[in-house]
Amino acid sequence: MREERNKRGLTRRKFLVGSAVGVGVILGVGYLSRSMIRRYLAGIANTIELPYQGDTDSPSIWFEVLADNRVILHSPKVEMGQGTFTGLAQMAADELEVEMSQMVVVHAATSTGNIDPFATGGSNSISSLWIPLRELAATMREMLRGEAAKMLGVDPANLSIRSGRFLGGGRQITYGDVVSSVEEWHVPETPPLKVTADFNYIGKPVPRIDLRDKVMGMRMFGMDSIMEDMLYGAVARPVHIGARFVSVDTSIAENMPEVVRVVVEKDFAGVIAKSRVAAHQAKEALVVEWEYDDNWQTEAIEKMIRVGQGNPVEIQKDGNPEKLLSSGENIITREYTSPIGAHAQLEPNGAVALVSEEGAVIMISTQVVAITRKEIAQRLGMSEDQVNVIPTYLGGGFGRRLHTPNAVQAAVLSKAVGRPVKCFFDRKEEFQNDTFRPPTHHVLKARLDDEGRILAMEHQLSSGDVMFGSPMFPRIATPLLGADAGVWRGGMIQYGAIPNHRAVCWRVKLPFATSWWRSLGLLANTFAIECFMDELALKTGKDPAEFRLAHIEDNERGTRLKEVIRTVVEKSQYRDDILPNGRAMGLAASTDANTPCAQVVEVSLQDKEIKVHKVTCVIDPGLVINPDQVRAQCEGAIIMGLSAALYEKMEVRDSQLTPTIYGPYRMAMMRDAPREIDVVILQNDDQPGAVGEPPLGPIGAAIANALFRLTGERQRAMPVMA
Amino acid sequence: MLITFRLNGIPRRMDVDESMSLLWVIRDVLDLKGTKFGCGKAACGACTLLVDGQAVRSCSYPVKLAAGKEVTTIEGLSDGEILHPVQQAWVEEVVPQCGYCQPGFMMATVALLDQHPQPTDDDIDKSIVNICRCGTYYRMRRAIHRAAEIMSQSEKRNNL
Repeated sequence: MREERNKRGLTRRKFLVGSAVGVGVILGVGYLSRSMIRRYLAGIANTIELPYQGDTDSPSIWFEVLADNRVILHSPKVEMGQGTFTGLAQMAADELEVEMSQMVVVHAATSTGNIDPFATGGSNSISSLWIPLRELAATMREMLRGEAAKMLGVDPANLSIRSGRFLGGGRQITYGDVVSSVEEWHVPETPPLKVTADFNYIGKPVPRIDLRDKVMGMRMFGMDSIMEDMLYGAVARPVHIGARFVSVDTSIAENMPEVVRVVVEKDFAGVIAKSRVAAHQAKEALVVEWEYDDNWQTEAIEKMIRVGQGNPVEIQKDGNPEKLLSSGENIITREYTSPIGAHAQLEPNGAVALVSEEGAVIMISTQVVAITRKEIAQRLGMSEDQVNVIPTYLGGGFGRRLHTPNAVQAAVLSKAVGRPVKCFFDRKEEFQNDTFRPPTHHVLKARLDDEGRILAMEHQLSSGDVMFGSPMFPRIATPLLGADAGVWRGGMIQYGAIPNHRAVCWRVKLPFATSWWRSLGLLANTFAIECFMDELALKTGKDPAEFRLAHIEDNERGTRLKEVIRTVVEKSQYRDDILPNGRAMGLAASTDANTPCAQVVEVSLQDKEIKVHKVTCVIDPGLVINPDQVRAQCEGAIIMGLSAALYEKMEVRDSQLTPTIYGPYRMAMMRDAPREIDVVILQNDDQPGAVGEPPLGPIGAAIANALFRLTGERQRAMPVMA
Repeated sequence: MLITFRLNGIPRRMDVDESMSLLWVIRDVLDLKGTKFGCGKAACGACTLLVDGQAVRSCSYPVKLAAGKEVTTIEGLSDGEILHPVQQAWVEEVVPQCGYCQPGFMMATVALLDQHPQPTDDDIDKSIVNICRCGTYYRMRRAIHRAAEIMSQSEKRNNL
């Protein structure tokens, strides 16, 4: 039983590698089969979780046993609030046979060699390390057992373990004692992993391991970092989109008090001063000439983001939807839009850097440790081994820290003065230089048969880039995939029982940076598709849940989706009419990275403002490591999604992105948060799946669907207004 | 400018530029990093601390106004290792996610509970106007009620 589980996990990983190679071979066939291959690739990318790309063979770079018998886990994944450190500690503690209180988790500096070559993101930190981390921990435990047996003079098989202590032959020895006397380790074959019944911590709602430090206000974030003899830097950043640095007059800044140095590079200018205040004042005094087009307005951007413009790529197709949707009776077409969204994470971007002849040290909140290191090394002309990136806790990630050119700037400033430099954005710079969630436009089209079933359905979407242009992916990904996998996240039609359906992605290159925003395209795509499904259900006079269930396939994926929908209807006591207290309910569902999630909201209008009172959220992320943190992620994703769906919108005015401050950039606050959030966790898989992003999917559509029942008016644009 | 104020009960005397805000004096001159920079315009509340018991957004509070006053930051909330009831409630309800904005919220909560020892949900909505991007408001509301409960229990014990 035990071996079978392990084998299955390994087989699945091998299979994924195998299919990727297969695709590479097929690609040689030629242009004609390309769209089919793209759909195939898109289908794979839509359903698999990426295997972990970093080291999975060296317990010694993952774990450090201290003399006091605590175990440090050097995590290549960063902690940005998603609870990954706690989940990883639970997984490791179970195989190491130690107590949670003995586990310490720190960010692995790149100098440890334990580097995630990709990123922390995509809701896969736990799922991708589910097998590798436990295998590493189990291997570590057996390495310790082997040495302990020698020291105690007993057979390893006769040693039992309790809380990091080996007991046997009437004696005992701690891990700490074993480690302090071993010089050469024997690495055994990977031992079998525990089965569910033997878990001590996996599946339990243990408290976050960073809880106490976070309520005590400890120094832990990138912006809290200091180095001895440190100076403060600031960089002149463009206020206009697409602005290119041409030249700078530094004469005023150079003579300002406390200014140590003004640095002018080919692509930017910055100042170094004795205090942050002085640095930012001097930066304002730099007279920079930028080259830019000052005519960009929101309206022009909205005109660009239209289905039908740019290059279309078909990402999904079944049957012959084009023919059925080209003409005939009962064809319904609806359009939906979403605006530019800001990350607005509370901790601004920045870094503390020290560059000397020998190398560079960078302390930074980053989601891409390896890319941060590579870009600094390239700019400084050093080898990557000379650059040590020390990741810190992140004051929010949400995709904003998947590229860190600011770290390069901090390093360049430090190099200029040979002292540590701390260089951080101010809030206006954050809003003007964000890498935004791209605006989108969706055209949904369906044909109903006489029984009110969907005969054919099509989702066409237009969006700025998410994945394309990201330093995380080689340029080859663009022609290979054709369509941006981040853009169409959640954009495929999940109702496989519709006999004819397809999805088409139109790419638009915008004049400002767009990229990863928690859940990527999922929020906007689900808003469009799930509002449309609701409109179709209403048109056919069917119950919205039953209508959805009737169009979902009976495969594994479909069965899990059906179950979250059925459960959310039951738990929320969903009804289509207005409740006695004047509220209306709305339903929506999505599947993201194999995790289905359905939500029902209760909404009313108060002083013409939409008020969300209650959200019932049913999610099936497979095996759950920490149910309390899965709940926390659902609650947080619901509130972030609600904020984006109801309030958030960036505009472009005379080529400037605006607003540039919280408040005018309206976000959900305490008064806007639902007072009831009921999270129900189903676990219909024996492996952990995605959690951090999937619950962001349904919320926008659920609110719009409830609002229609309340007012009789259909809102098809985010932010949704009453 | 020479200035003196009490920080977490300890008198501090320093020579600072009078144009500085209290936030940067505390973070960069006195090197207490629990009070966070979020926006610099008093719009997000990440920098909230107490001046003579009142919640203040320190990024926009000139340091000279603190002269002679009692300033309390998150670091001054606990009694050594013994957590303040607000911190205790935050732990019990497992509120923080990324945690960056949380000290500001906890300081705002201390001030709220000083004014309203048993706050209603509406009191909370009106008084707690900081921004949390992780969306921990739902748990924070529970923690605020829980902190009120802990404080009233300890008050009852003290009165016995």
